Amino acid sequence: MLLAPVVWVLTAVIVYFFAAKTWWFPPPINQHGMEYDAQFWRTLVVTGIIFVVAQFALGWVIVRFRNDGGRARHSHGNNKLETLWTSATAILFLGLVVMGTKIWAGVHFDEAPPDAIPIEVLVKQFAWNFRYAGPDGKFGHTELKFINDAAGNPFGIDEKDPAGKDDIVSATLKVPIGKPIKLVMHSLDVIHNFFVRELRMKQDIVPGMEIPLHFEADQIGTYEVPCSELCGLGHYKMRTSMQVMSQADFDQWKQQQAQK
Amino acid sequence: MSSPSDHAAHAPHGFIRRYIFSLDHKVIGIQYYCLGLFSVFLGMSLSLLMRFHMVNPHAQVHWFEKLWPTAAAGGVMTPELYLSLMTMHGTIMVFFVLTTVPQSGFGNYFLPIQIGAEDMAFPVLNMMSFWTTFLSLCVMVAAFFVQGGAPLSGWTSYPPLSGAGPLTGPGEGLGQTLWIVSIAIFCGASLMGAINFIATTVDLRCKGLSLMRMPLTCWTWLVTAILGLLGFAVLLSAGVLLLLDRLAGTSFFLPAGLMVNDQILNHKGGSPLLWQHLFWFFGHPEVYIAILPGMGVTSQLLSTFSRKPIFGYKAMVYAILSIGFLGFLVWGHHMFMSGMNPYSAMAFATLTMCIGVPSAIKTFNWIGTLWGGKIHFDTAMMFALGFVSLFVTGGISGIFLGQPALDLYFHDTYFVVGHFHMIMGVAAIFGMFAGTFYWFPKMTGRMMNEKLGKLHFYLTFIGVYCIFAPMHYLGIAGNPRRYSQFTENEFLGPLLPIHNFMTYAAYVTAAAQLIFLFNLIWSLKKGPKASINPWNSTTLEWTVPSPPPHDNFGGVHPVINHGPYEYSVPGSSKDFIMQNDPAEVPSEG
Repeated sequence: MLLAPVVWVLTAVIVYFFAAKTWWFPPPINQHGMEYDAQFWRTLVVTGIIFVVAQFALGWVIVRFRNDGGRARHSHGNNKLETLWTSATAILFLGLVVMGTKIWAGVHFDEAPPDAIPIEVLVKQFAWNFRYAGPDGKFGHTELKFINDAAGNPFGIDEKDPAGKDDIVSATLKVPIGKPIKLVMHSLDVIHNFFVRELRMKQDIVPGMEIPLHFEADQIGTYEVPCSELCGLGHYKMRTSMQVMSQADFDQWKQQQAQK
Repeated sequence: MSSPSDHAAHAPHGFIRRYIFSLDHKVIGIQYYCLGLFSVFLGMSLSLLMRFHMVNPHAQVHWFEKLWPTAAAGGVMTPELYLSLMTMHGTIMVFFVLTTVPQSGFGNYFLPIQIGAEDMAFPVLNMMSFWTTFLSLCVMVAAFFVQGGAPLSGWTSYPPLSGAGPLTGPGEGLGQTLWIVSIAIFCGASLMGAINFIATTVDLRCKGLSLMRMPLTCWTWLVTAILGLLGFAVLLSAGVLLLLDRLAGTSFFLPAGLMVNDQILNHKGGSPLLWQHLFWFFGHPEVYIAILPGMGVTSQLLSTFSRKPIFGYKAMVYAILSIGFLGFLVWGHHMFMSGMNPYSAMAFATLTMCIGVPSAIKTFNWIGTLWGGKIHFDTAMMFALGFVSLFVTGGISGIFLGQPALDLYFHDTYFVVGHFHMIMGVAAIFGMFAGTFYWFPKMTGRMMNEKLGKLHFYLTFIGVYCIFAPMHYLGIAGNPRRYSQFTENEFLGPLLPIHNFMTYAAYVTAAAQLIFLFNLIWSLKKGPKASINPWNSTTLEWTVPSPPPHDNFGGVHPVINHGPYEYSVPGSSKDFIMQNDPAEVPSEG
């Protein structure tokens, strides 16, 4: 009997914190993020209604149909009701997936636009490295055996390749505002994960695979990038940042780096 | 191999044959239950240490150093120790609690009795599967005590982290090898058990017990056994391949171009994704291995304690079957972010939503069962009602995670941790508590204490909500899982109050489990004597003495005349009709 109010109170508290948004997403910084949030809200409303109705109904039958003597109603079920709620849930659940397809397609089915800025990402336990092509627009040839962090060559750029001379290497990600960006990601050792909350995007970086990810960031600021796939004892501190800059600042930064 | 009838009538003499290397399915069921009880308290203790470390990452605790002289040197837990506790918590809970207790424990004890058999189809195989499981647990626990300690790659053990040897971290040496060996042994044990369950259900049902007259518990044990047979076979193969990668220099899961800790490795041609496919081909059905028997027990109890037939028996059976079937087609939803083909993600997402439908049918039917009933609130029933609430809460978050679009953010956040703990963890454990309170009288001949039982129920029910519901908010804020501390990222700072709250809730909930343990032991000695049928249930186990004799039915061969849930049938003298009741009362299916 006490169980009914307990279920109701728990339900109400859970719903309250969802409605109050006490702990919540950071604001999105691009169109994809806004569409993501819309899909999240659609799902939250549908599941929220099911959640509240189901928990309320459970509490209600507990109160209403507690044993007070006499016999229970004998019934083996009701096929009409069965068909009704089966089709209702099927339509709701599948409908949600269909509505989210566009968001998924935007990230994964569409190719990066041809003018997207390519940035190479190379990760290892427990560090991030980003590489930009220099003024020549070409990435230099790399090999594992040339990798040397102490000498400032985490990518293993071949010194003999002229295309690599002007490559820019950075421990944090810098991108210009409003420009399509194409990350090409590799891992040297175990699986890591690139995650920017404000982009509403996440992608495993798997050794042995070349993993592309494209996006656009429309808000100047610095955003945290926490590794989001278990990668070993330093997983919790494997972090970098993504700085979204004005085009002028970005050009200036690249120029400064190229002169180094 | 002895057939059931060989040893049926006379119980073996001598302590060892009777209680240690016993062929009796009831003794083996209790052995499994005790193994699970040990494991659940071990797994829970590990989780308390984890929660402590997450909110006090720099605390010095004297006895930590005694337990782990290197991994907690100076009494401060290292991140690698946290990860090994996490790996072992997940592994022990999933394999040695969620897989063993509902199926091998309760199933072993009650499947033969509910279908009117004297024992399982292969008693020797049954004994072997228990002792193989026991060996597997010993090997797993041994991983704590070897050089480098237990592995840190999580219960999913993704290579290369788990496959490239000790270079990837402490625990990835002998500890990880022992982990894989233990899992392989466990797979062997589960395969033996699965074959036995299937053969028993198919062959040994007594006269009159058609499939559609089986209690829903038997249906869930049968389908769980089929899932185990198909799933563990794949995990076993995957485990052997991973072992070869580690020990024989093969490259099933390790690609070319690996450079770990500044050392170039000589692997070529393997795929880390192959492991994920094989692992989750087992891993997703495993979720249903854990939860299906709990659904069976819940159905049985809701019907019994509301004195009503189960609502839509046939729909329930079809729901169980379709959950079992679809359970093998949705493994890719664990891999939306893995780099696999994004088009296949859409197929996996669609199938995942489909599996939500039979799960929803079950929930509707449970409410439908209670509707119009006369509900008796014994502790067993409280846990069954708690199961329904937790199943709804844990299931509904799956609608977010099953959408690849939303998984773009939620994957590997605490939202996932909250989701699977709610449904596969606590809902399944509530099924076990329900089963314990319901069947304890039959297994021991004594009743459990109801007052302690209710106290334990309320503390646990509120406690698990306090631990696992806030995880969804953490996930929305983007908190990644498997972080040993939250000190390095600015956005995690404001979330620490939730972590603190969850930690205290975990302490209280864990302490409440001692009430259960006390109740179990105390009732075993001092509980009031149980009658044959204390709950006025209808299935066959309630027709035999408590505890049942060695051959279950004392030489009598039961005959079934009714479906399993004939409660409150109009015109009958009592409000329930036993399945073997000869009285001519109209009853269906």
